[in-house]
Amino acid sequence: MALIRDLGFAAAVFVDQLGKMAVFAGQILRAVVTPPPRLREFVQEIFKLGVLSLVIICVSGLAVGMVLGLQGYNTLVRFGAEQSLGAVVGLSLLRELGPVLTGLLTTGRAGSATTAEIGTMVATEQLDGLRMMSINPIHWVVTPKALAMIFVMPLLSALFIVCGFGGGYFAGVTIMGVDGGAYVSSLQNAVVFSDDVVGSLLKALVFGVLVGLISTYRGYTCAPTSAGVSSATTSTVVIGSVAILIFDYFITALWGV
Amino acid sequence: MYMAFGDREVLHGLSCDFPRGKISVILGGSGSGKTTVLRLIGGLIHPRRGEIFVAGQDVSGLWGADLDEVRHKLGMMFQGGALLDSMTVFDNLAFPLREHTRMSESEIAEEVHRQLAAVNLTNVDNLLPGQLSGGMVKRAALARAIITKPEILLCDEPFSGLDPITVKRIEALLGRINRQLDITMLVSSHHIRSTMRMADHVVLLHKEGAVTGSPSELQQSANPWVASFFNEELDESVESPDDPHPMLRQQAVP
Amino acid sequence: MNRSSKRDFVVGLFVLAGLGAIAYLSLSVGGWSLRGPGDLVLFADFDQIGGLKPRAAVEISGVKVGQVESITLDQDYRARVRMALRSNLELPVDTSASIVTAGLLGDRYVSLQLGGEEKNLKPGDDIRFTQSAVLLENLIGKFIYGSAESKNDKSEEKNDKSEEKSE
Repeated sequence: MALIRDLGFAAAVFVDQLGKMAVFAGQILRAVVTPPPRLREFVQEIFKLGVLSLVIICVSGLAVGMVLGLQGYNTLVRFGAEQSLGAVVGLSLLRELGPVLTGLLTTGRAGSATTAEIGTMVATEQLDGLRMMSINPIHWVVTPKALAMIFVMPLLSALFIVCGFGGGYFAGVTIMGVDGGAYVSSLQNAVVFSDDVVGSLLKALVFGVLVGLISTYRGYTCAPTSAGVSSATTSTVVIGSVAILIFDYFITALWGV
Repeated sequence: MYMAFGDREVLHGLSCDFPRGKISVILGGSGSGKTTVLRLIGGLIHPRRGEIFVAGQDVSGLWGADLDEVRHKLGMMFQGGALLDSMTVFDNLAFPLREHTRMSESEIAEEVHRQLAAVNLTNVDNLLPGQLSGGMVKRAALARAIITKPEILLCDEPFSGLDPITVKRIEALLGRINRQLDITMLVSSHHIRSTMRMADHVVLLHKEGAVTGSPSELQQSANPWVASFFNEELDESVESPDDPHPMLRQQAVP
Repeated sequence: MNRSSKRDFVVGLFVLAGLGAIAYLSLSVGGWSLRGPGDLVLFADFDQIGGLKPRAAVEISGVKVGQVESITLDQDYRARVRMALRSNLELPVDTSASIVTAGLLGDRYVSLQLGGEEKNLKPGDDIRFTQSAVLLENLIGKFIYGSAESKNDKSEEKNDKSEEKSE
């Protein structure tokens, strides 16, 4: 009995949180159209969220591409179809692995950093300080961070995918001996811009919105203690990751990819 | 200025005035709501019932841009300083000027340095707040709070965590600012000695409201509770261990 | 301010790299072409298109000059293929279109063979000469049937011969 009651309570909490996040998103949107534009802060956030994620994204992309190359080769060679390795690596990366893995990695690195930063500002009264100086903290702190996340995600995803192509080429062509020309041409033939590339960027964009919203919301509403900041940071990673995977399914199903 | 409060969990039926141009000190035991009073005045939280008049306007129901308008008349010095830790001290002080005035960079630099000199902080321009000592943080926070020339200055525990010498320095600073700039000041504090010395008006919080009056009135009060408060507290200039930690604050108004 | 202008530079590089990656994916890999309006649109009717799909290539002498935009069924229940080609092509009115396969088991595409007439096709015209796709199943069926037939012929010949001999 208690289990059912807890489930009901959890569901109510879930819906309540969704509602609050929607309100929060609305406040961010209103801040976007309110002058002055916080360009300096926006650029700074692109640096913190994008540039600082470059290493993990490119290394991971390379590694994943290489694994795909090796595994793909091992499977395809049984059917004598190893010349299609480029297509297999390319489509897997473009459609799924690129946006999803980039999303998850970015949530872990940049998302948690954002939550921790905003949460600490709450705990040390910096946001209150801003309010007392007649500055809206959503306008000055939250919006640049959220917008930067949305902007940065497709770029990082594309870089991940390109590194993955390279990794797959290295594993398949250089190591396993697939013909380089066949790799590239099967890749180019298999990929259709309007389905695959656009779908890939669209997914990355949606994931950027999700992580941007969740990471800033969690930081903004966290309890102003160090335990509160830590719990908010953890929940950003957990909720962000789950949201990415769930949305990935829906986009894949609806996009028809 | 006239302010009157109503209910909140912490303050019950509080009603008091803070005279203009004077230094008013809010005293009380731990958890009595000293900081809450300041946060109510600043609009960071709203009372469950009642009104708060700041320079003639009721802030208890204000939000957003309207609230920001009133806040231009206020400056607040937070207990932990609340300086933006991603910016240098110079940028922290310049921030409100850059946001709300059309002053040129050179004018801003002049003003920032003048304020820093007034609080005896030199050579800190390029330091980050994390690199400052506690006393320096407080002074920088004070400078930032008054750099926009507010009418009312709210100080939340300006003496907390400081050694006695620095306490005296801050005390002198606050007094000088009040006299020279004619700013109404509301100070919440534990430090009975310092505050009684500089206060023009005292608000002593307790469960059912407050006892108000001048420092001498309260010290000579016949009320047994008031008398015991001063007798006990007079020897302590240390924070009570039961105090809510500065990190524990109620959720603020967005 | 020196710190932040270096940072701005790095951010600019990052954005360029990201946009470059997107461009590479779109243009080189995805085959998106920055064509403007004014494509040459032509139609061709086929009895059988095989596995021809929209966005399949249209080639002349092995060079891609456009792609299949859409495939619909016309009143005669023939497949009507709409093609968008480079606008500067000059194709004689007796140009023919055939559906061929890339490799043995590859994708279908349309190959155009130029005719010899002086007049050229205009936008929206139909290509009159078409050759439908050859289906592998039919080929195999023909082969089996054909070999069965020739076996019969051969055994008939043998019978005839043995009959002749015996006569």
